Amino acid sequence: MGRRATPEVNAGSMADIAFLLLIFFLVTTTIEKDKGIARQLPPEQPENIDPPKLKEKNIFIVNVNKSDQLLVEDNLMNIIDLRLAAIEFLDNGGDGSCTFCKGKRDPASSDNPDKAIISVQNDRETSYKTYIQVQNELVAAYSFLRDRESQRLYGWKFTEVKRALGEGSYLGNKDAAQEKMKTIQDLFPMKLSEAEPKTAGQ
Amino acid sequence: MSKFTKKKSGELPAVNTASLPDIVFMLLFFFMVVTVLRKDNLLVKQQLPKADQVEKLKKDRSVFIYAGKPSSRYAEKYGTEGKIQVGDKFTDVSALKAALTEQRSKLLPELQSSVVVALKVDEETNTGLVTDIKEKLRELNMVKIIYIAASGNDVGKN
Repeated sequence: MGRRATPEVNAGSMADIAFLLLIFFLVTTTIEKDKGIARQLPPEQPENIDPPKLKEKNIFIVNVNKSDQLLVEDNLMNIIDLRLAAIEFLDNGGDGSCTFCKGKRDPASSDNPDKAIISVQNDRETSYKTYIQVQNELVAAYSFLRDRESQRLYGWKFTEVKRALGEGSYLGNKDAAQEKMKTIQDLFPMKLSEAEPKTAGQ
Repeated sequence: MSKFTKKKSGELPAVNTASLPDIVFMLLFFFMVVTVLRKDNLLVKQQLPKADQVEKLKKDRSVFIYAGKPSSRYAEKYGTEGKIQVGDKFTDVSALKAALTEQRSKLLPELQSSVVVALKVDEETNTGLVTDIKEKLRELNMVKIIYIAASGNDVGKN
């Protein structure tokens, strides 16, 4: 009984096994990239402080009721029209101090984008879907105006550069771009306020 | 001259497949590395609302809050009212602070001060619940939040 050479293992099916595993991982992989609307909440306020006085014409009131209907500046509005209405309000430039505004300069609407505030008031029973839609449209209004101004001043779009910076794919001087983005943000500061929600019937 | 005239064989030579396993393994390892298995076991329904004005979430500094109706297999036990989930279990609004502090402590220490709270809320939830969450977040001074949304926009489609 002499020693026999060990027979070689047939590795032909190795590829099949590997394919099987590969397909399993291919199917289970969900390359999840969570995206969303970023927001900064106001810090807690001591109760005895008087709220600053604001002119009523500088506030754009969006009211959402429990059946998801919108009341914008006391008019019933479809959500499709909200974006344009918000752009018109922000871009109004009523007192003439805003040199870059292209709005109607209606004295009954906002004075200056810097002073313009959008206030959203929800009912507690408003659906979250509508809430996000409203927020999305309002952010879109700001993005539109910021894009317009950055296009005019620097020749690029604010939102595109912001995305490129976030992904790290921005080519060129990042600090200078940040600086310019800050300027644009100051032209149209995002002033979205949220009032305490009312309970139905109030 | 006959040196250069090769004889033509009728059959094609077989392609060498010896390196096929290597290629497949390479792909396999890529997907194994990329795959992230879901960390939290979802107890609530998660049909996210759609939005297109979105920013990317920085995962390393985020704490997740899920909210919505309990999903169908938990509905019997927990009812159909909107509920909040932090980590792996349901949390009450009153217990939210403790749960969030615990979640925050799991992040890297240098990132804890710049924590972002990611709100993954089902689209059928009442906004009141979200308001309650935000109120608690303000008390905790975790003011950076992000409403996670699915991509797309269905304004104007209804």
